[in-house]
Amino acid sequence: MTTMASRDTRRLLGTPPAERLPRLTLAQLLALVEDAGLTGRGGAGFPTAIKVRAVAEARRPVLVGNAMEGEPLSMKDAVLLNRAPHLVVEGLGVVGQAIGAGRRVLAIGPDVDPGDAETAAHGRGVEVAPLEGGFVAGQESALVNQLSGRPAVPSDPLVRVTTRGVDGRPTLVLNAETLAQVALLARYGADWFREAGTAEDPGTSLFSISGAVEHPGVVEAARGTALSDVLAPALPQDPVAVLVGGYHGAWLAGWAIDTPLTAPALRQHGATVGAGVLHVLGRGTCPLRVAADIAAYLAEESAQQCGPCVNGLPRMADGLRRLARRVPDPGLPAEIDRMRMLVTGRGACAHPDGTARMVASTMRVFAPHVDRHLAGHCGLDRGLDAGREVRR
Amino acid sequence: MSRRSERRLHVDWTRCDGHGACAELLPELLAHDEWGFPLSRTGERDPVVPPRLQELADHAVRTCPLMALRTV
Amino acid sequence: MNGALWALGRGTGIVALVVFTITIVLGIVTRSGRPVPGLGRSGAADVHRTAALTGTALVGVHVGSLFLDPYAQLRLVDLFLPFLGSYRPLWQGLGTLAVELLGIVTVVSLLRRQVGPRVFRAVHWLTYVFWPVALLHALGNGTDAATPWFRGVAVACIAAVGLAVGWRTAPSYAGRGWHRISRRVAR
Repeated sequence: MTTMASRDTRRLLGTPPAERLPRLTLAQLLALVEDAGLTGRGGAGFPTAIKVRAVAEARRPVLVGNAMEGEPLSMKDAVLLNRAPHLVVEGLGVVGQAIGAGRRVLAIGPDVDPGDAETAAHGRGVEVAPLEGGFVAGQESALVNQLSGRPAVPSDPLVRVTTRGVDGRPTLVLNAETLAQVALLARYGADWFREAGTAEDPGTSLFSISGAVEHPGVVEAARGTALSDVLAPALPQDPVAVLVGGYHGAWLAGWAIDTPLTAPALRQHGATVGAGVLHVLGRGTCPLRVAADIAAYLAEESAQQCGPCVNGLPRMADGLRRLARRVPDPGLPAEIDRMRMLVTGRGACAHPDGTARMVASTMRVFAPHVDRHLAGHCGLDRGLDAGREVRR
Repeated sequence: MSRRSERRLHVDWTRCDGHGACAELLPELLAHDEWGFPLSRTGERDPVVPPRLQELADHAVRTCPLMALRTV
Repeated sequence: MNGALWALGRGTGIVALVVFTITIVLGIVTRSGRPVPGLGRSGAADVHRTAALTGTALVGVHVGSLFLDPYAQLRLVDLFLPFLGSYRPLWQGLGTLAVELLGIVTVVSLLRRQVGPRVFRAVHWLTYVFWPVALLHALGNGTDAATPWFRGVAVACIAAVGLAVGWRTAPSYAGRGWHRISRRVAR
């Protein structure tokens, strides 16, 4: 797996193992991650301090490192566990000790090689658990369910896993990269952490780059770096658009390629950094076909528990597929939109919402392509770009 | 002076299978989609239950054959 | 007094059978999500539940009055261990069995929020054992079993449950929620 250097941000990928594990009390850990302004690197971007605080009162909670890598376009956690597994194990150690964890588990998905992780975890009180995969298997409650011996599907979010999680015990689930960041924080402090990134979103993170690039792989970059700068080491080939945030993300059109990857800037495109997945769409690839394939995959990956998702996602994907095949049905965009509204916010997890977000972004950013397809042609004939007419 | 906190109707989507008794009992709060699943009319995921509908909401919670409803 | 107890025992038994027949039919209707004219979906579920509890109460009176009636010769052990009775032990044993099944289903149903939907649903399947056992007990043990009017009642009960189950298991039955929809999408 290729890893690339971006400026001089070789923190996660360039730090050797610690000689001694820093020992932090819960209060010290909370102060540290709060001062550092660390947010989760698993996709939701939740402030880590708040998550840790949720298990502060718990007796012997369970600590889980999430390296399930359920998103097919994401490679960062696999790379992290291959190149710097010691950082994840150290993170588990530091957090585990601070919260008084009765159990530390590193949950590994099928696309992650457990070998290096097992070596690094040996003798350090960390269980490495290779688990079954699937797109939603990395979702917090689905992961907790699998660790508890139940099917790997999400539970009703009403009862938080921090209240009742693995085997009924309060559970703190943190992304593997977040744990690695905590390990660095424990060694070098919050001020050092804030030397990279922005004031609102400090530090670095790992980005998985795929698609129309010469060197797909993982790059570490400071938070808030411009998209084009993050992509640069991968040598993108004339990008038409970039899918930011993976299959549940949103498209950034080519003209917006210099957008800094900050929350406010991305919000205008309906996107978030998520887990740092960047998929480049090149010329010669029909964006509607790509989106239709993604939507079909996501419909297949539904946990099949919640009615609106089970019913709505295949309908939405079917609409996109017909659009991609240039079925001249003028009612398709409205039907796709209607399905999108029906699935949003009506499920136990964010799977339908994320799918709807990607579909909405596709219809908006590639509106010219949609028009061409409805007229029976493809935007590729005319060399259409992404949404020049839809500039904000 | 005690402040009455608002009560919301929560659907456990992993249990709901579109039976429809809830939408029948609380038409002001819930419609249903073409597959029979409840659709919040208030735009919120868990609609607020006004005090005058509280009793009906409790009844709906008890009546749901899948035990998919709760007031929170 | 004894005559009254005996009559009460017989009467509540027969009425309980009818009430539980209604319970099963409404249970099948409730599960289907179809509205009942005048009751709707919520009404069907409510009446199903009310009928079940009513039937349980009737069975309580049925067993109690027969226990108190010396003519019935019901001992305490007959309430719990089947087939030890002196009067037509086989059919009476079925009655004991029916009461035990009813007890399990009722307790689990009252505690359904605590045991969760999976356990609740699994135990609820026992109703399909309970009802035929109760029916056989009535036909075999009931003093009125040979009378035409009781036979009419029994036939009506069997027909009602048979029709409901037949409707539910017919290939033309369209399931609710995603079962129903998967047909639409496949088309």
